[in-house]
Amino acid sequence: MGNAIISMKNVVKKFGKETVLNHIDFDIPQGKIIGLIGPSGAGKSTIIKIILGMEKTQQGTATVFGKIMPNRQLLNRIGYMAQTDALYESLTAKENLQFYADMKGVSGQKANRQILHVAEVVELTNDLNKRVSGYSGGMKRRLSLAIAMLGDSEIFILDEPTVGIDPALRRQIWSELHKMRDEGKTLLVTTHVMDEAELVDDVALILGGKLIAYDTPANLKAEYNEDTVENVFLKVEDENEKNVVYR
Amino acid sequence: MKRTWSIAKRVLKELFRDKRTLALMFLAPILILILMKVVFTSNSTTDVNIATVNVQSSLVKQIKKVDHIKVYKYSTQEKANKALKDQKVDGIVHYKNGNFYVKNANTDASKTAATKAALSASMVATNIKELKSTLTAMAAANPQAAAMMQSKSQKTPKIHNTYVYGDKDTSFFDKILPILMGFFVFFFVFLISGMALLKERTTGTLDRLLATPVRRSEIVFGYMISYGLLAIVQTLIIVLFTIYVLKVEVLGSLWNVVIVNVVLAMVALAFGILMSTFAKSEFQMMQFIPIIVIPQVFFSGIIPLDTMAHWVQNIAYILPLKYSGQATTDIVMSGSNLGQIMGPIGALLIFLVVLTILNVLGLKRYRKV
Repeated sequence: MGNAIISMKNVVKKFGKETVLNHIDFDIPQGKIIGLIGPSGAGKSTIIKIILGMEKTQQGTATVFGKIMPNRQLLNRIGYMAQTDALYESLTAKENLQFYADMKGVSGQKANRQILHVAEVVELTNDLNKRVSGYSGGMKRRLSLAIAMLGDSEIFILDEPTVGIDPALRRQIWSELHKMRDEGKTLLVTTHVMDEAELVDDVALILGGKLIAYDTPANLKAEYNEDTVENVFLKVEDENEKNVVYR
Repeated sequence: MKRTWSIAKRVLKELFRDKRTLALMFLAPILILILMKVVFTSNSTTDVNIATVNVQSSLVKQIKKVDHIKVYKYSTQEKANKALKDQKVDGIVHYKNGNFYVKNANTDASKTAATKAALSASMVATNIKELKSTLTAMAAANPQAAAMMQSKSQKTPKIHNTYVYGDKDTSFFDKILPILMGFFVFFFVFLISGMALLKERTTGTLDRLLATPVRRSEIVFGYMISYGLLAIVQTLIIVLFTIYVLKVEVLGSLWNVVIVNVVLAMVALAFGILMSTFAKSEFQMMQFIPIIVIPQVFFSGIIPLDTMAHWVQNIAYILPLKYSGQATTDIVMSGSNLGQIMGPIGALLIFLVVLTILNVLGLKRYRKV
C-alpha cells in the first residue's frame, strides 16, 4: 500500500530467548481506526513500543510516516496513551496537561486552547484544578486520554483507552475518536472490550506473536461465519490452540 | 531548553506538595545537629576513681591534685581487688618491692589512659618536689648556693593559648560538622531523587514522557536544576542554623560552603538516578543505603584518614563524600578560598560528568533514541 502511515515489515522481536513478535507484517493506511486485538501476552504492547521507538526490532523494520523508527522527532506527531494512567498525582489535571503540552512543544495561547478543548472532550472541565490524587479511576483514565490528544498529532496510539470508563462516556469517547478519524487522523487502539472491536475500521488479530487476521470487522465475521467479532476472536483462539496441541 | 525548565518546575512542584518529604529534608538535619551538639559537648570529662595500695602518701596527695581523679586508699590488695570487681574503682595502683603495679578495669579506654597519665604525671611532680627539698637542704648548708638559688628562682611560666579556629570549647562536634553537612545533603538528595525517578518508572510516567519528543538529556538536566535548587536551600538552612544557633565558627566564605554542597548534591542526584535504575521498588532503593551511603561516612574524614592503613585510605578516593568533606573542612576550619579547594571540587565535577553521561545513556533502556 502506497499511503501506509504506519507499516511493519517482517518484524521479529525477542526478549532473551522468548520470541514475542514472530514476523509481523502489516500496513495501516491514513485515516482509519485500527483495533489491535489479542489475549494478554500476545504482543500488543510490544508492537506499540516498537512503533513508538521504545524498543528496537531484531529483524525487519517499523516505519512511521515513511521513516524508520526509532526516531525522536516523529514522536511529536504521535499521541500516546499508555495502559497505566501515568499521571503525576500531586499535580492538578491542568498542571498535568500543561506539562505534557510543554513536552510536545505546544505553548502559550495554543496550549491553553488545546487544554480546554481536550478537557471538554473527556468531560473534565469542572475538575481541571483538582489534584489528580483525588480523582476516581475513570477520571484518571479520561485525563490520560486527554493528554494523548494534546499537540498536533496525526497518529494516536491508545492502549486500552476505555478501561474503567462508564458506558455513556465510553460511547462519547468513541464518537470523538470517530470524529478524529474523519479529520484524517489515524488511530491504533488496543482493547479487551469486544463490542468496541465492532466500532473500528480494521481489526488486527494478534495471537502468540503472530498476526492471525487483518480485515474489516464485517469481512472477518463473514469469513469465520460468526455474528460478532468476539465470536471470531474465540474461534480463532480455539483453532490456534488445537493447532498447537496436534502439531 | 524550555522542556528542561518545564521538567524542573514539575519536579519542584511535586516536591513542595509533599510536605513530609520536605520536612525530612529541611528539619531532620537540624534535629540531628541539635542532638549531636548536645551529645558531644555536654560532658567530655569523666571522673576516674583510683584505688591505691601501699603507696606513699606524698604521691597519693599528688594524684589527688589531678583534675577529675579521685583516690581511695586500701590496706590490702584483696580489698582493692574487690572494689575493682564491684566497679567502685577504675584501677588499682599497687606499690611493691620498689615498683608500681597498675591493674586497670579497662572497660573504658579513656579512663585507663587517664589513670596512666595521672600516675606518671604525679610521679614526675613528686620527684621534682623531693629534688627541690633536697636542694633546699643542701643550700641551707651552703650560703653561696642559697644566694644563687634566690636569684634563679622565678615563678613557673604560664601557658597562654590562642586558637586559629574556634576557642577552648571547640569539640569533636565542630570538627565533624562540616563533613556532616555534606553527608545530609548527599543522603537526602540521593534517596529522594532516586525514589522520584523510580516512581516515574513504576507509574509509567517515564514511558509516557519518553513517548514525547523530549531529549533524554533534557530529563536528566531538568532533575538536576530542581534538585540543585533544593540543595541550595537545604545547605543554607543547615549552614545558617549552625552559625547562628549552634554558634559554630565558619572561617571561610559561607557561599563557598554552599557551592561545594550544591556540586555534591548534583553528584548525589546523579548517583541516585543511576542507582534507581537497578532498583525494582522503593524497598530495593532503601537497600542501597548500607551499600552506597554508610561506607562513605567512614571515609568522609569523620574518622581521620591518615590513621588508616594505606590500602584502606585509597578506597576514599573513589567516594565523593571524601572530597566534599575535605573541601568544606578547609573552608570552615582553615578559611580556604575557592582557588585552594579546586582539587576536591574538580574531583566532584569529574564524578558529576561521568555519572551524568551514564544517566543520559542509561535512559536508552527505556527509549532507543
